[in-house]
Formats: sequence, C-alpha cells, structure tokens
Amino acid sequence: MSNTKILLNGIIKENPIFVLLLGMCPTLGTTSSAINGLGMGLATTFVLLCSNMAISSVKNLIPDQVRIPGYVVIIASFVTILQMCMEAFVPALYASLGLFIPLIVVNCIVLGRAEAFAAKNGIFSSGLDGLGMGLGFTFALTLLGAVRELLGTGKLFGLEIFPESFGALIFVLAPGAFIALGYLIALVNKLRKA
Amino acid sequence: MKKLKSTLPNMLLSLTGICLVAGAALAGVNEITTAPIAKSKAATLQAAIKMVTPAFDNNPTTDRYKGVTSEGDSLVIYPAMKDGKLVGVAVESNTKKGFSGEIQVMVGLDTEGTLINYSVLKHSETPGLGSKMEEWFHQDKNKQSVLGRSLSTSALQVGKDGGDVDAITAATISSRAFLDAINRAYSAYSGSKDWDGTTGATAQETKKGDKQ
Amino acid sequence: MEYVLIFIAAVFVNNIVLAQFLGICPFLGVSKKVETALGMSAAVAFVLTIATVVTFLIQKYILDAFGLGFMQTISFILVIAALVQMVEIVLKKVSPALYQALGVFLPLITTNCCILGVAILVIQKEYNLLQSVVFAISTAIGFGLALVIFAGIREQISLTRIPEGMKGTPIALVTAGLLAMAFMGFSGIV
Repeated sequence: MSNTKILLNGIIKENPIFVLLLGMCPTLGTTSSAINGLGMGLATTFVLLCSNMAISSVKNLIPDQVRIPGYVVIIASFVTILQMCMEAFVPALYASLGLFIPLIVVNCIVLGRAEAFAAKNGIFSSGLDGLGMGLGFTFALTLLGAVRELLGTGKLFGLEIFPESFGALIFVLAPGAFIALGYLIALVNKLRKA
Repeated sequence: MKKLKSTLPNMLLSLTGICLVAGAALAGVNEITTAPIAKSKAATLQAAIKMVTPAFDNNPTTDRYKGVTSEGDSLVIYPAMKDGKLVGVAVESNTKKGFSGEIQVMVGLDTEGTLINYSVLKHSETPGLGSKMEEWFHQDKNKQSVLGRSLSTSALQVGKDGGDVDAITAATISSRAFLDAINRAYSAYSGSKDWDGTTGATAQETKKGDKQ
Repeated sequence: MEYVLIFIAAVFVNNIVLAQFLGICPFLGVSKKVETALGMSAAVAFVLTIATVVTFLIQKYILDAFGLGFMQTISFILVIAALVQMVEIVLKKVSPALYQALGVFLPLITTNCCILGVAILVIQKEYNLLQSVVFAISTAIGFGLALVIFAGIREQISLTRIPEGMKGTPIALVTAGLLAMAFMGFSGIV
C-alpha cells in the first residue's frame, strides 16, 4: 500500500466513526460544539500517532502473550503525557473535555490500530496510519460538533449564523447527540452506496 | 530483529522494561508541567479576583482567609486593599444546588456589601440554558442584572420566590442556585467579621486596619 | 438519605449511558436481545463494583500517599484489566454456572469506558469508600436499566420495516436519542 493510500484509508475508506463505528463515547460526549469536537479529535490524533509509532518500534521486544498489557501501558503513558500538557497549556479546553481525556485509553480505535496495524508494519507507515485514522476521527467529530452547534444554538465555531432563539436546543443536549450521529451515519451509508 | 519468544523471563523483562520507561517518562513530564499548571491556575484565579474587585495594590491570594457562612461551612475570601485600606473582597463561593452539580462563582463585594461583579469559575449546568448565567446576570435588561445590588439589606431571590431578580428563561433552578452562591458569598464575608448589618462596614474597616 | 440521592442521581438523572455517554460501545453492541443485555449488565455490575473499590484503595493508599497522582490512568487501566482476568479465572473455578452466563462478556469489559470512567469519577467527586460503592452499584444499575430497555425496543424494531439507509446503527442511535429524551424528564429531581 502506498503512503497516501494508508493516510487516506483512515480518513475516508475506513473512517473510524462513520464506517468502523469505533470510539462512540467521546464522539457523543464531547461534540456539543465544533471547537470541542476539533479539540478532542486532535487530542486523540496525538495519542494515535505517538502510540502507533512507539508500538511499531518496540513490537519485536514484546512477547505475544503479554502484548495487550504492554500496548495498554504505552497508550496510557501517552494519554497521561497529553493530559498533563493540556492542563498546563490549554486549561480551558482541558476543563471542557474533562473526563474524556483520560478515557482516550479505552478508546477502541487506539488499541484497535495498535493491534491491527502497528503490530505488523514499520514505524513510518504506522505513524501515517495513526495520523490518517486520527484525522478521520477529528473530521467526524468536528462535523458532528458543527451540526449540533449550528442546529442547537445557531452558531458555527462561535460565529452566529442565525439567531439563537431559532435553534433547537435539544441538539446541544444528550438526545441530540444520538439523533444527529444517527442521521449522519445514515447519510454516509447512502453516499457510500451511491 | 527476531520477535521475542513468549517465555516467562522474556515476558517479565519486557513488561518491566515498558513500565520503567513509561514511569520515568511520566515522572519527567510531570516535573516539567507542574510549574505551568500551577501558574495557569494561579493566573486564572488572579484574573477572576481582578475582574470582580476594585483596583487593589496588595496580593489578595496571600492575604486570603476563611469566612464561615450561616450554613456553617467556610469559603475562601480574598481581600482587596488599596494603600492599606480595604476596598472590597472577592469571595470564592460555591453551591451544591445547581441543576447538575456544583457551581463555583467568584463574587466581588465592596465593603458595604454591594455586589461589584462576579465571574463563574466552574459549573456543569445544561449548555444553552443554565450555562447562560455568565452573561445573563451581567446584562442590564429588565431586572436581569445583579451588579450593583446591595446584599446587606436582603438576600437575592428570583422573581418566582418573591425576589426581584429575573431568572434565566427556562432555567429557574440554575438561576436559583447561582443566587444562592452569591448569597452564600455575602454570608461568609459578613459572618467572618461579626457583621451586624448596620454599622458593619466601618467596623470592618477598622478591624482590617488594625490587622495591618 | 445521602445514599438514596446518590442512587437516584446515578440511575436516572445522570444515567451513565444516556446522559454521560460512557459505555456506549456495549450499549450499541450487545443490545440486540434482552437476554444478552441482561448478561452484559450483570457482568458490568460485578466488575464495576469490585474495580471501583480496588482503584479507590489504590488511589488513597498508594498514589496519594506517595505523590504519584500522575500514574493514575496507567495504574487504573492495568488494575481493571488484571481484575477482569482474575474474575474470569475465579468465576470459572468457583461458579461454572455464572461463568457460563457472564463468560463471553468479561473480555469485552476491559475496554468498556464506564469502568475506568466511574473509577476516575469517584476520585474527582471526592467520595468516601462507602459512597463510592453506592455510586458504583447505582451506576451499574443505571447502565443495566438503559441497556435492557434499549434491547427491548430493538427487539421490536427488528420486526418493523425501516428505510434502507437507516437500518442497523443509524436507527439504533435515533432510538437511543429518544430514550435519552425520556430520561431527561428525570433531570432536576435531586
């Protein structure tokens, strides 16, 4: 597989949210606005990129039977590093994403890519795979966040598109997350068939 | 390089190695980020105090003390002083009556017990409804604004409870909780200094002055 | 009274799945039949309670005591993973019947974010040990309630005709949205 193909694979063909349906919790929990979705997406991308490259580089040093705990420790370290850096340098975003930052550890995408790709491929292509998957994830989260923010409050990235009183507040609340994602996936299914 | 076999020593060695490297890396990053985290927290606090009090020239964070509310718990009070004279206080108030959990507000009072300004530090109210409290009670529209209201005469209440503050549309519980935090701030401030409601302001100043 | 409030809040008001978005993967994944949903809920309740107690003790007596707060995520996830393995082994020996019922769900639980989520939440909320246990059990009941109701609805949905594009996950998500809306009716009662 060529490098561009690996990169695009995660963004389009095997988009973790719309196609593989992995990592639903942060997808629903952090997308009350486009900027939060973007932040969460980039945070996950960072972890995916680093853990994929790290795991790929040490894959031969980890015996098969203990590979899962090994991978989990590596992923958890990057998540903690990210957590501390975010708290130090972007405290506002850290506060609004809250619990979902440490929960990147149990995001199925991260461990899934480690197992499915990084454990079998070289460092460079593993990094590309992580980056592609991460960007696909970011794209999906930002899109969902934008849809919810626009329908719910009439804003997009904080810019007013139409008056807030016309917004359907339910989209910012919990039920709106499920419904908006349901329709987005239906739309993607439709487009993929066409 | 060949893949390591799954023998017991290999497994132990490899896992221990990973844990050691991970632990060392984390300890390192922790070392680097502790200072910035503390700094950004202090900066946020400082900014909130600055926003809600008149200009001051002391360091409210080092002069802070605890005030006991009428409910028996205590809140942190940051006195703002200019030329050694107390000009106001910032009270780090909270309430558990929020719609979904705790609300933390920095409340600025002058020495008479008049609300100067406030800043919402932390809340988990419903986005789009209760979360509007940061803007809502600042807005000078109808009876929305709480700025400049005197707390020494009576506690603030929303219209529904017989008070004269307009609650956020469709978020009465959040509004009620917000006002509760404000009232608690005043209660802590007044209670901490044997405030008797009428001559308290002057007593406050002399007492504070004595301490200087 | 305090414990009743924690219970009601965790089961209805801040339902772990429908309001906090934790544990969505099993919520969507094993909710096609009421029977499997029940099995999954029981397994989650079991592991969640034990894991919360163990992680709570680790936080208090190891991490806090030695100033190792930054190792929280790593140690919690390792403890949970090890615990799931242990529960599996013990259950197999002690109660083969229970193992039969829960066995298939156990490996899935490690990556169920509601376990790690609750473990971190009780630390953040500064609960004491008893409050943490009540919170963990209530959360598990809330998870089970949402999962079983959802599975019941999905059994019905599988019998109806649905537009092509909405089949599978999309309709499940929309249903979950409506269910979340119903649970919103509980908000504000504590």
